[in-house]
Amino acid sequence: MSAETAEHDHHDHGPAKGLLRWIVTTNHKDIGTLYLVFALVMFFVGGLMALIIRTELFEPGMQFIEPQFFNSMTTMHALVMIFGAVMPGFVGFANWMIPMMIGAPDMALPRMNNMSFWMLVAGFVLLISTLFMEGGAPAAGWTMYPPLVLQTGNALPFAIFSIHLMGISSIMGSINIISTIFNMRAPAMTLMKMPLFVWTWLITAFLLIAIMPVFAGAVTMLLTDRFFDTSFFDAAGGGDPVLYQHIFWFFGHPEVYVLILPTFGIASTIIPVFARKPLFGYASMVYATAAIAFLSFIVWAHHMFLVGMPLAGELYFMYATMVIAVPTAVKIFNWTATMWKGAMTFETPMLFSIAFVVLFTIGGFTGLMMSLAPLDFQYHDTYFIVAHFHYTLVPAAIFMLMAGGYFWLPKWTGNMYDERLGKLHFWLSAISVNILFFPQHFLGLAGMPRRIPDYAVQFTDWNMISSIGAFIYGFSQLLFVYIVYKTIKGTGCEKATDEVWEDASKHGLEWTIASPAPYHTFLTPPEKIPTEHY
Amino acid sequence: MKKTKQLIAALSLLLSGIGSAQADYTLNLMKGVTRISNEVYDMHMIALWICVAVGVVVFGTMFYSIYYHRKSMGHEAEQFHENTTVEIIWTIIPTIILVVMAIPATKIMIDLDDASEAEMTIKVTGWQWKWEYEYLDEGIHFFSSLDEESNRARQIGSGIDPTSVPHYLLNVDNPVVIPVHTKIRFLFTAADVIHAWWVPDLGWKKDTVPGFINESWTEVDVPGTYRGQCAELCGQDHGFMPIVVIAMEKADYAVWVEEQKELALAEQNAAQKEWSKEELIAKGETVYANNCASCHMADGAGMSGVFPAISGSPLVIGDIDAQVDLMMKGQGMMPAFGQMLSPVDFASVATFIRNGLGNAVGDSIQPSVIQKQQSTLAAVEDDE
Repeated sequence: MSAETAEHDHHDHGPAKGLLRWIVTTNHKDIGTLYLVFALVMFFVGGLMALIIRTELFEPGMQFIEPQFFNSMTTMHALVMIFGAVMPGFVGFANWMIPMMIGAPDMALPRMNNMSFWMLVAGFVLLISTLFMEGGAPAAGWTMYPPLVLQTGNALPFAIFSIHLMGISSIMGSINIISTIFNMRAPAMTLMKMPLFVWTWLITAFLLIAIMPVFAGAVTMLLTDRFFDTSFFDAAGGGDPVLYQHIFWFFGHPEVYVLILPTFGIASTIIPVFARKPLFGYASMVYATAAIAFLSFIVWAHHMFLVGMPLAGELYFMYATMVIAVPTAVKIFNWTATMWKGAMTFETPMLFSIAFVVLFTIGGFTGLMMSLAPLDFQYHDTYFIVAHFHYTLVPAAIFMLMAGGYFWLPKWTGNMYDERLGKLHFWLSAISVNILFFPQHFLGLAGMPRRIPDYAVQFTDWNMISSIGAFIYGFSQLLFVYIVYKTIKGTGCEKATDEVWEDASKHGLEWTIASPAPYHTFLTPPEKIPTEHY
Repeated sequence: MKKTKQLIAALSLLLSGIGSAQADYTLNLMKGVTRISNEVYDMHMIALWICVAVGVVVFGTMFYSIYYHRKSMGHEAEQFHENTTVEIIWTIIPTIILVVMAIPATKIMIDLDDASEAEMTIKVTGWQWKWEYEYLDEGIHFFSSLDEESNRARQIGSGIDPTSVPHYLLNVDNPVVIPVHTKIRFLFTAADVIHAWWVPDLGWKKDTVPGFINESWTEVDVPGTYRGQCAELCGQDHGFMPIVVIAMEKADYAVWVEEQKELALAEQNAAQKEWSKEELIAKGETVYANNCASCHMADGAGMSGVFPAISGSPLVIGDIDAQVDLMMKGQGMMPAFGQMLSPVDFASVATFIRNGLGNAVGDSIQPSVIQKQQSTLAAVEDDE
C-alpha cells in the first residue's frame, strides 16, 4: 500500500517553498499543522494567565494584581483555552487524520479550510488586543452574563466581534469536516466501519453548526443592548437578564461536549492499539456518542439552578442531566473492557489515555453529584465546580491532545519521539495535575467561591498546594515542546516504521501509508480497509 | 519567615495527606444548622459514597487488567469485541442507581420550594458591592458591607497580615440578625448586576437578579454566627462582599429590633442637626474609604479609562448641586448612592471630596438638604 501511494506522489507538486507555503496552503496536512501550532501557542498563553491567577491565590491578601485584572485573567484564560487551545487542537487532528483515516486525498473544501484557519487567527488578534485597551480586557467571566458584561470598557465590541470570527471559523471547519466524511470516504469505508475519531468529529461538527449561531446571536444581542438601546436583557426595558443565560447555555452545554467528544474519539483510537485488541462495543460507542450529543441540547439549565426557575423546570433539568451518566458510563466500561484480557504495553500515548479514563471518571463523578439540584445549591459557583470542569478538561481534553500528539507524531515526521522523555512528561503531568486540581474539591466544599482574587485565611493551605501543582504542571509542558521540536528535527531520533506501532495497520488506514506521510496521500482510494477490527 | 513556615506546613500536608497545619481547614461539606442543610449534607454523603463504590469497582477492574493483562507478563490478547448481555447489564445498573438518587433529591427540592407560612420576611438586595437588608415586618433597613479592618488589609501593599484580621473577608459592619426556630422567608433582588446570596450553613444559595424577585426560606435551629459571601461574579469587588448572619434566641432578637429602631431615630435626628464643615470632612473621609475608594482609588486618582479621577474632576470642583445629583442617581457603573447612604454619610462624603483628595472648593452641604432630596427621589420612584 505504501509503495503504491509513493508511486502516485512523485508526479505531484510538493509543498511551495518559504513562508508563503503556510499562508496560502490548501493542503490538509499543512493546515492541520497550522492549527496544532496555533493551539500549542494559545495553550501557553492561556497557561500563563492561569499561572498569574494561581500566583495571586498562593496566599491570602492581594499581592500582585488588581481585582479587575484578576477577573480579566479568569475570563481570558477560559476564552483562550476553550476557543484557542482545545478546539483548534482537535481541528488540527481532524485536518491531519480524517482524510488519512477514511482514505481521502484531502478535505472536501480545501480553500475554505485555509480561510477558516486564518479567520481564527484574526479573531484571536482581536481578542488578545483587548488586553491593551482602556478599561482592560473583558472581565465578566467567559460566560459574559449581562448586566455585568455591559460594564466592560472599550473591549466589549472587540470581544464580541472576535467571537463572531471564531464562530464563522468553527462553522466553516465543521461544514468541511461533514462534507469530507459524507463524500470522500473510500468505497469500502461504510459509516459503521469508520474509526471512532471520525465518528466523534462528525457528531461534534453537527453540534458546532447547531450552536455557534446561537452564541453569535446572544453576543449580538449584548452588542445592541449596549450600543443601540435595545433591552433584551434589561428588566427596565421589559427584557430579562436570565434570558441571556438560557441562550448562552443552550450554546454552552453542547460546547463542553464539543471539547470532550473528540477526546473520546482519540482515546477510542489509541487504547485498542496498545491493548492489541479491537475496541470493545464499537456500535455502542457510536450510539453513546450520539446520545450524549442529543442530551447535551436538553440539559442546559442545570447551569442555572439558582436563577429562580419554577420547581417543575428544576426537576426536569435535574433528571435530564442525570441521564447523561448512562451513556458516559457505557463509554468508560467499554474502554475498560477493551483493556480487559488484552496484551497491553504502556507507551506514552497509552499512559495518557489510561490517565484520561481514570481522571475523567473522577470528573464524571463530581458531575453526577452536581446534577443533583439540591446539592448544586451548595456546590454552585464554588471551587468544587472549578475542580469538576478542570478534571474533565485538563486530564481529559488536554491529556488526549498530548496523547494524540505522541501517537501520530511519528507518522507525520517519520521520527520516533524520545520515549524516555515522553514518559517523564507524562508522570510529571499526571502527578502535578492532581496536586493542582484535587485540593480544589476541598476548597469548594469548605465554602470558597470561584472567581475571587482573595480569600479567607482558612482556605490558605489547599490554595498553596494547588498553586504549587499549577507551577509544576505548567513548567512540565515545556518538556512537551522540547520533545516535539526534537522529533520534528529528527537528529538522534529512531526512524519510525510505516506501521509505527505494533500491528497498528490492523487498526487504521493511516498506518498503511509511508512514514513520514507523503504530502499527498490516497490520490486513489484504497481498495481494502482494515475491517476485522470494526 | 511566616511564609516559609506556611509553605513547609502546606508541603507536609501534601506529603502526609492527613493532619492539619492550620486548625480550621475542612475537607468536606459542612452540615450546617438547618433541617434542609442537614438533608443536603446527607444526600451529598450518599452521592459521594456511591461514586466511591463505583470507582472502586471500575478502577479495580482496570488496574487488575493493567497488572495482569500486560504484554510483558506474556499475556496474549483475546480478540472479543462485544457481549450483548454484559452491555445491557452495565446500562441498567447505572440507571437503577440514578433512580435511587433522584428520589431523595426530589424530596429536598419540593421541601425547599415551599416558602409559605413564613413568620417573617427579609428582602435582600445585591449592590456592587454590598448587601441591603429590609425587614418587611419590622421596618428595619440597613446596608451591610465588608468590615473596615478587612477592607484595609485587602488593599495591594497594605502591609497588614490577613491572618491578624479576625474573620478576614468574612466580616461585615452590619450583620443580619434573625431569630432561631422561626421560618423566615427571604426575597432576593439586585440593584445593578446579578449577585448570589450564600451562607453555606443554611444549605443553599440564591441568585439576586435585577428587576426580578426570587425567594427562599430558612429556619435556623442553633444560635450562632454564620458567614458566607457573594457567589456570582459581580465585578471587581465580587470577592469583597461577605454575608454575616447572626441567629439569636427570640428574646435577644426582640431586644435587637428595639435597638435598631432607636438607631434609626438617632440617625433621623443627626440628619436634622447643623453640621460644621470640619465635622463633615472628618466623617466623609471614612465614608469615602468604605464606599468610593475601591473604584476611584484611595487617593482619588481613579483608574484611567474605567473610573474617573476625583482629584481635579470638573464635576467635583464645579457646581455642588450637579455633583450631588450625579451621586444621588448614579451613572453607568456608578451606583445610585442616594438610595444607599444615610443623609449624614452622603453629605459628609459629598463635602469631603470637594475639600480633600487635592480639591479645595471650600463649600459644604448639610445632611438636612440631602434628606429632602432623598425623599423627593423616593417619591419619584414610587410614581413610576
